Amino acid sequence: DFYVLLAYLLCLLSALLCVVYGLINWNRGE
Amino acid sequence: MLAQSVGLVEIIVVVIYMMVIGYLGWLGYRRTRTATDYLVAGRKVHPFVMALSYGATFISTSAIVGFGGVAGMFGMSLLWLTFLNIFVGIFIAFVFLGGPTRKMGHHLDAHTFPELLGRRYQSKFVQIFSGLVIFLFMPLYAAAVLIGGCAFIASQFGIDYNTALLVFSVLIAAYVIVGGLKGVMYTDALQGSIMFVGMIVLLVFTYVIVGGVVEGHSQMVELGKDPNIFGGIGFQGWASMPKFGWGAVEAAKGPNPDAYNLWWIVISTITLGVGIGVLAQPQLAVRFMTVKSRRELNRAMLVGGVFILIMTGVAFTVGSLSNVYFLTKEKVEGKLVSVTGVGAEKSEWDWVIAKKERGLNLKPEDGSKKNPFIGPDVKAVPCQMLHLDTSSDGNADTHLIFKGYGGAAAITPKAEIEGLAKGGDPKTFIGREVVVHPRATAYMRAIVKNADGTYECKTSRIIPYYIRSAMPKWFGLLFLLTLLAAAMSTLSSQFHAVGTSIGRDVYEQVTGRHGRSIGVTRIGILVGIVLAVIISYLNPGGGYIIARATAIFFGLCASAFLPAFIGGLFFKRTTRTGAIASMIVGFSVTAFWLVFVKTSEASALGLVQKFTGGKSSILADSPNWPVVDPILIALPLSILTVIIVSLMTKPSSKEHLADCFHK
Repeated sequence: DFYVLLAYLLCLLSALLCVVYGLINWNRGE
Repeated sequence: MLAQSVGLVEIIVVVIYMMVIGYLGWLGYRRTRTATDYLVAGRKVHPFVMALSYGATFISTSAIVGFGGVAGMFGMSLLWLTFLNIFVGIFIAFVFLGGPTRKMGHHLDAHTFPELLGRRYQSKFVQIFSGLVIFLFMPLYAAAVLIGGCAFIASQFGIDYNTALLVFSVLIAAYVIVGGLKGVMYTDALQGSIMFVGMIVLLVFTYVIVGGVVEGHSQMVELGKDPNIFGGIGFQGWASMPKFGWGAVEAAKGPNPDAYNLWWIVISTITLGVGIGVLAQPQLAVRFMTVKSRRELNRAMLVGGVFILIMTGVAFTVGSLSNVYFLTKEKVEGKLVSVTGVGAEKSEWDWVIAKKERGLNLKPEDGSKKNPFIGPDVKAVPCQMLHLDTSSDGNADTHLIFKGYGGAAAITPKAEIEGLAKGGDPKTFIGREVVVHPRATAYMRAIVKNADGTYECKTSRIIPYYIRSAMPKWFGLLFLLTLLAAAMSTLSSQFHAVGTSIGRDVYEQVTGRHGRSIGVTRIGILVGIVLAVIISYLNPGGGYIIARATAIFFGLCASAFLPAFIGGLFFKRTTRTGAIASMIVGFSVTAFWLVFVKTSEASALGLVQKFTGGKSSILADSPNWPVVDPILIALPLSILTVIIVSLMTKPSSKEHLADCFHK
């Protein structure tokens, strides 16, 4: 059960990571 | 029959949707002036359009209906695939691969994934081989999506499957051939938005239906403790991982070699096969070459991660939770047409097919049937069935298991008819309007009647049955648009990738005639579409290989392309010979494993039986190996090959490498 909960949390965290990374680097790279 | 629920409003909405898609395709055509426009959308696409296009291309009907149905069978352990889809498919892909792919694509003036590899390694062979792999295998993957989309349209609108196939493929062909990648990406953005809204609504309504988040998941945990048809392969409930281990396990009837199979299916085939394979998908990698700078990739991530979370996360969660609905909430109202499978003799029982595999019901020693009452290629559950007419057209359209017989009684549904006492005879209700509580798991509820009169549990029907039974009627229309969008956005990119591979990567490289990329690609797209349509026309029911085509194609791309792709992007020391060797090893090992070792594909292809005297795998006597996905074997071998061969051979010239890795 723990491993399924872990997958659930990792899904949410990785989506959050994408959002945060996108915001932090919003103007970088041009 | 659902066909009758599609009225004028639904038809008008779908026609408007198709017209908007047509307009966006035309807009793409108007803005296409050069080969760069046609092949990589002019390299100036808006980051949000790029992210939605990437996501909508990635997520097809296979992900929503196919894998959503698999979650209905096996539960939330599929969320590991969602995690890999987001972390590998978006974060790793955009942060680490996207930038170098975009940059090298520009420097080498590459317009397709095979062209990028070919120019990096200065090898015609690499480009042509990659182009051929895409051209030969992607139509199979496209056919899987096309069959799913057309079967759904045919059942929704009550039209002929072949008519749906013709209309659907002509419409997609029109805007892909005319509008190029700009047309594809504009339509993808709209389709991705529709998919996003559809899945959000599906999640919210599902939690309302099952009584809230905590209540729904608590019930799912409790219900998962009951005996289940998949218990023998390691199922431990929809909220738990399957049993992990390797080898046979002692059971009451002797050693059980399949006790850990489910873990290996969920992790090796579903999670790793698709989760890692995404990195080397040609139609996705080319998206990185459509933006003008690294900044656009950073901004695209804002949409990409959330989009994939909502798509696959919702499909897998709803698939799992559908068990709570089917087991505890569902009521089926209709006229009881007949009760079948009644009797004391096995020959009188109904046998509902639960698994299909060539030779599954045959004894290896003499080829006779293990169970004489069912076909040679199936495993079935003995039961008594109720057949209801729920649409008042006189035909039985809903088939439910009333009770199971023998050892199957514990794992089969025990349907209840309102007004019938426990142990009562359901035949007394024939011809009357009844209310039935199916009390079935999602898998045992998704029963279809095949053309040959047999009944079968179909994973692919779990999500459509759930939508039809549980969701409000208006959602059927939104879900129809969601599935149309999911199928069209994936198909358009598949056709575009097939067209560019046969046109630019194979034809131009083989003949040496350059400079007519748009015309040649258009012909290539047409050839790709015709191929996919022929496969779909010949296999209207899908067939096992078609059903597995998504995982097969993702795994094949990972093993054949990924080491050469990553080696080419990050390591100057990776050589042409190393790349060629790894592509051949990855492709060959995957092909060998699918044809001779992995039971599900090998038995469907049928070659292994000829070599082994009827066995479904050359490792049929070894536990677990026959369900291990080729990616676990082929990808490590392919990586080893690229490293060892590159170290033994000479790298490209310094001038060429300076051009590739130009800062």
